[in-house]
Amino acid sequence: MAGIAEDAAVELLRTMLRIRRFEERCVELYSATKIRGFLHLYVGEEAVATGIAAHLRPDDAVVATYRDHGHALAKGVSMRAVMAEMFAKVTGCSRGRGGSMHLFDAATRFYGGNAIVGGGLPVAAGLALAEQVQGTDAVAVCCFGEGAVAEGEWHETMNLASLWNLPVLFACENNLYAMGTALARTEADVDLTAKATSYGMTAWSVDGMDVAAVHTAAGRALTAMRAGGGPVFLELKTYRFRAHSMYDPDRYRDKAEIERWKERDPIDAWRALLEDRGVLTAGAFDELDRAVEAEIDDAVEFADASEPEDVAELTRWVYSDDSTVVTGPTGGTR
Amino acid sequence: MKLDYRGALRDGLRHALINEPRAFLMGEDVGAYGGCFAVSLGLLEELGEHKVRDTPLSESAFVGAGIGAAMGGLRPIVEIMTVNFSLLALDQIMNNAATYLHMSGGQFPVPLVIRMTTGAGRQLAAQHSHSLEGWYAHIPGLRVVAPATVADARGMLWTALADPDPVLIFEHAALFGISDEVADELEPVDLDRAAIRRAGTDLTIVTYGSGLHRSLEAAEVLAADGISVEVIDLRTLRPLDSTTFLDSVSRTHRALVVEEGWRTGGIGAEIAAQISEEVFWDLDAPVGRLATAEVPVPYAQHLEAAALVQVDDVVAAVRATIG
Repeated sequence: MAGIAEDAAVELLRTMLRIRRFEERCVELYSATKIRGFLHLYVGEEAVATGIAAHLRPDDAVVATYRDHGHALAKGVSMRAVMAEMFAKVTGCSRGRGGSMHLFDAATRFYGGNAIVGGGLPVAAGLALAEQVQGTDAVAVCCFGEGAVAEGEWHETMNLASLWNLPVLFACENNLYAMGTALARTEADVDLTAKATSYGMTAWSVDGMDVAAVHTAAGRALTAMRAGGGPVFLELKTYRFRAHSMYDPDRYRDKAEIERWKERDPIDAWRALLEDRGVLTAGAFDELDRAVEAEIDDAVEFADASEPEDVAELTRWVYSDDSTVVTGPTGGTR
Repeated sequence: MKLDYRGALRDGLRHALINEPRAFLMGEDVGAYGGCFAVSLGLLEELGEHKVRDTPLSESAFVGAGIGAAMGGLRPIVEIMTVNFSLLALDQIMNNAATYLHMSGGQFPVPLVIRMTTGAGRQLAAQHSHSLEGWYAHIPGLRVVAPATVADARGMLWTALADPDPVLIFEHAALFGISDEVADELEPVDLDRAAIRRAGTDLTIVTYGSGLHRSLEAAEVLAADGISVEVIDLRTLRPLDSTTFLDSVSRTHRALVVEEGWRTGGIGAEIAAQISEEVFWDLDAPVGRLATAEVPVPYAQHLEAAALVQVDDVVAAVRATIG
C-alpha cells in the first residue's frame, strides 16, 4: 500500500467513492432536469484529486477546471453546498451563480473551477506568490487537463512559476482527449514532462489510475514545495469513463478502448487491494457505500429543499459591498 | 510644488509602495529599465526586488498572477506597458478579474490595480495607438479610470489601491509632458465623481483623458466669441457618474461628447444615449459626438492628425450645435 496507513488507505477509498457516487447521482438528476447547464463528469479520474488532496491542508489553495466536482469534494467543500450549487440554489457554494463548472468556497480555499482551458494557471501561480511573499509554507495546486498544455497561458505560467520558484503544484490530468481530440492530433511532441522540464522544473509522469502512486508522488512533490523547492509538474495519466459532457456523443473513441481502461477502475483496484491485504473486511465496503449514499441523499434533500436566490439580488457582488470580506491575513483596506 | 504627469504618476506609485505593506509593482521593464515611460525609474533601487518585480513578456501570466496574489492577500499593482498589449491578457481581465466576485457569490473579491498607457498622437501606428478604455468600460465588475490631470495622475492610484475590486487605470501617453501645481502632500482622488473642469452656461462637453485638454483649449477659443462652455472630465468611465453630466446638460441644454475611442459603440455613444434617455426634454439641440475616425490609427503625421479629434474640430462642433 505504498506505506499508506490503514485508516488513511480507507479514507482514500471513501473519498473516491464519494466522488463517484455523487456524480452518478448527478447524471440521474440531470436527466430529471434538476441540474442544468453543462455537466462534465470526473468518473474514472477520481484517484487524481483524491491522492493529491489527501496531502492538502485547509490553508492550501486549489484552482480547478470546469470538471471540478471531484476536486471540490476532495478539498473538503461541503457536499450539501456543492449539490445545492448544481441545483442553482442560494445555499449553493457559489449562491447559484456558478453552477457545476464554477464551484467556489472561501472556507476551504477552493478558488473555483475555471471554464477557460488554461485560465486558472496564472491565478494559481499568483496564489502561490502570495504564500511565498507572506512567508508561509502553504501551497497552491492547479489541476488542469492535458489540452491546456497547448495554450499560451500554460507556457507563460510554467516559465513564471519556475523563474520565481513559486510553491505551486501543476497537476496535469492527462485523460488523452482534449474534449474530443487526441493528444497526438494536437501536439508535435506528446511528452508533457519534457515540456515542463524545459522550463527548469521538476516533472514526473504518474499512473493516475493508481491512487497510491498519485498519493506517493503528490506527497513527495508537496514536501519539497513546502521546503522551498519550487514548482512541480505532475502528469497524471488517467481516463474519463464517460463522455466529455452530457452533450458529447463520444464518437471519437473506440468502445474497446473505454472498456480496457474501465478494467483499471481506480476504485475497484484500490478496493481489491485493501480487501486482499485484510484492511477492508468483508461487508465493510458495502457499509462504506451505504454511508456515502446516505450523505448524497442528505445533500440532494438539502438542495431540493433550498430556496433559489432572490431575483432582487441579481446584480449583487458585481462590485464589493459591506458583506464582502477581502481575503488575506491582514484584512481589507476599507 | 510643480509636477509633470510622469512625475505625478511616479510619486503616486512610490507613495503606494511605501505606505501599503502588501503592495508591490510588477510588469515588463518596470525594474531594471525603470519603466517603459520611466514612471518607476529608481524605485527598484530604492525599494528593492520584493516591491518592484520585472516580469517575462507574458501579459496573461503576470496579470493572472496579480489576480491570484490579490485573492491571496496581497495588493498587486500590475503595469501593462500599453493598452495594446493588454489584449494578450484579456482572458484574465475579463473572464477572471471581472467575474470572480460575482461568480463566487461574493466570496472572492479581487483587489487588483492594473495600470497601462493608452492613446495615440505620437506617430506609432495602429498597434501602439489604441484607445480601448471605453471598451473595457463595457465590462461589469471592473472599475475603469483615466487620469487627465497631474493631480489625478498622482492621487488616483492610492484610491484605486483601497478599492476591493479590480481597477484599471489608463494613463494617456500624450499627457506625460503636461505639468501643474500640486499640493505638497499627496491628496486622494474621488473616483466616484466626475469633475467640472470649467464652468459654463451654453453647452456641456463631456470628455476624459486627452480629450479634456483639447476641450479646454476649444472652450478658451469659444469664450473669446462669447460662447460659454462647461467641460466635464469623467475621470471614471465605469461606473459612470451620470448625475454630474446629466445635471450639467439640464442647465446648459446642449451637449457634445469628445473621446479618443472609435465612434461606433464607444463610450460616447453610451453618454449620448443616457442624455437622450434622461434629459431629452431639456435639450435645445441634438447631442454631438466627436471621436477618432474609424480606421486603424495610421503612422503619417497628417493622417494621424486627421484621424484624431483636434481643437478645431471641437470648436466647429460646438458652433454647429449652438447654431
